[in-house]
Amino acid sequence: MTAHIHSPGATNPGDAFIWWEWITRRPGEIWERTVEHLQMTVVAVTIGCVISAGLTLIALRFRWTLGPITWIGNLLYTIPSLALFVILIPYTGLGFLTAQIALVSYTIQILVRNMVAGITSVPASVTEAATAIGYRRLHRLWAIELPLAAPTIIAGIRIAAVTVIGLVTITALIGNGGYGAFINDGLSRRFSTPIVLGGGLSILLALGVDALLTALQRIATPWTRPRPRRSDPVT
Amino acid sequence: MDTATAPPIGPRDVSGIFNDLWGFISTADNWRGSNGIAARTQAHLWISLVAIAIATTLALPPALVLAHLQKAPVISVGIANIGRALPSFAVIALVLPISISLGFGLGFWPTAVALVALGIPPIFTNAYTGVANTPAALRDAARGIGMTSPQVLLKVEIPQAMNVILTGFRISAVQIVATASLGALVGYQCLGSYVIEGLAQPTRARDRLLTGAVLIAAMAMIVDFLINRVEGHLTRWRSRLR
Repeated sequence: MTAHIHSPGATNPGDAFIWWEWITRRPGEIWERTVEHLQMTVVAVTIGCVISAGLTLIALRFRWTLGPITWIGNLLYTIPSLALFVILIPYTGLGFLTAQIALVSYTIQILVRNMVAGITSVPASVTEAATAIGYRRLHRLWAIELPLAAPTIIAGIRIAAVTVIGLVTITALIGNGGYGAFINDGLSRRFSTPIVLGGGLSILLALGVDALLTALQRIATPWTRPRPRRSDPVT
Repeated sequence: MDTATAPPIGPRDVSGIFNDLWGFISTADNWRGSNGIAARTQAHLWISLVAIAIATTLALPPALVLAHLQKAPVISVGIANIGRALPSFAVIALVLPISISLGFGLGFWPTAVALVALGIPPIFTNAYTGVANTPAALRDAARGIGMTSPQVLLKVEIPQAMNVILTGFRISAVQIVATASLGALVGYQCLGSYVIEGLAQPTRARDRLLTGAVLIAAMAMIVDFLINRVEGHLTRWRSRLR
């Protein structure tokens, strides 16, 4: 898999931090890794959304489950990714499935938190009005609460996607990796160019996906005005 | 322990996994020496503590002061976004070429510098937003009863933001403890070394692999738990308000 990275004579001439020619010689490989990186991210975030939506429904319907669900989400989030990959190897082997289980487990805490916060912050007056004009529970959730919660939910998806893009690089250690394969290659040869390339592309991809999802949220919820730029605390 | 004869990892023998793990952990020899569990745990904790201390020292004062003066909101958004997008693997990996080309060698300090870089964003972001989001009424009231500007920061803004600030500190600490394992890739002997050694061996020495992973996970969870307790303790006054 990494055979074509080790092209003969690919050593750094001099002590340049970045050897641009090394990068410009590999457009095909960079594209391949980009697709792989995006693929792993999209699969993980999509599965994470489905699982989190299910957990959110359970937590909203049976409020006593919110505590345990949050607790498990936090626990999964706290386990370092490298450790989680390794603990899963005996069960799911080295590869895509192991990477996905670990990546998905990180999204759940972020997604459930934002989904629950979005739905529960819908003003009571709104839900009461919906009930009064005849909405049933599920219909009200779909037609009233979900659209109002959309900005918060999409914000959660953004954070989850950006986090996963960073974590995908670590999966290079268990044979996946996207851009992480560049970093791993650079590490094994003490060669800075691929490390800078892999890290830089990963950051660019994260910022690009973040911008894309922000734009999507503006389009999907045109009634929300763009907020003044302000940072949110990390939680 | 002769790891070369350890069986390769397969998805089938689940009960053997616990035997392997227990076998490695319960062997006294594996705890001793410079590559033993005790030494590596200590090294892991030590580098994490140093990195957390430096990151806090560097990030906390400017964040609190800038937020108090309501300056540089764009910088704080930038640090928050970059902090989230920064791949820890790349940051640690960059230690290797940079440190070698600058002649610093490998090991403790290069790894610690990378950990500090990763630890700064959550601390800065949360301290900044926590203080900046102080309700205006609270701030006005504090000024109104005659508090000076530093008093407003120390007696009103920081206490009311304490839980947000500590959450940032906790996230940073957990991330540093987690990422310190990757320090093994750049020549720092810590709990991550078991994982890296395990992954590098053709027979996949799963006893060391699992031992490393379980100890790293345990350490992260313990750090998370302890700071959570401190958080609860320091913000106890909140429950009296309700």
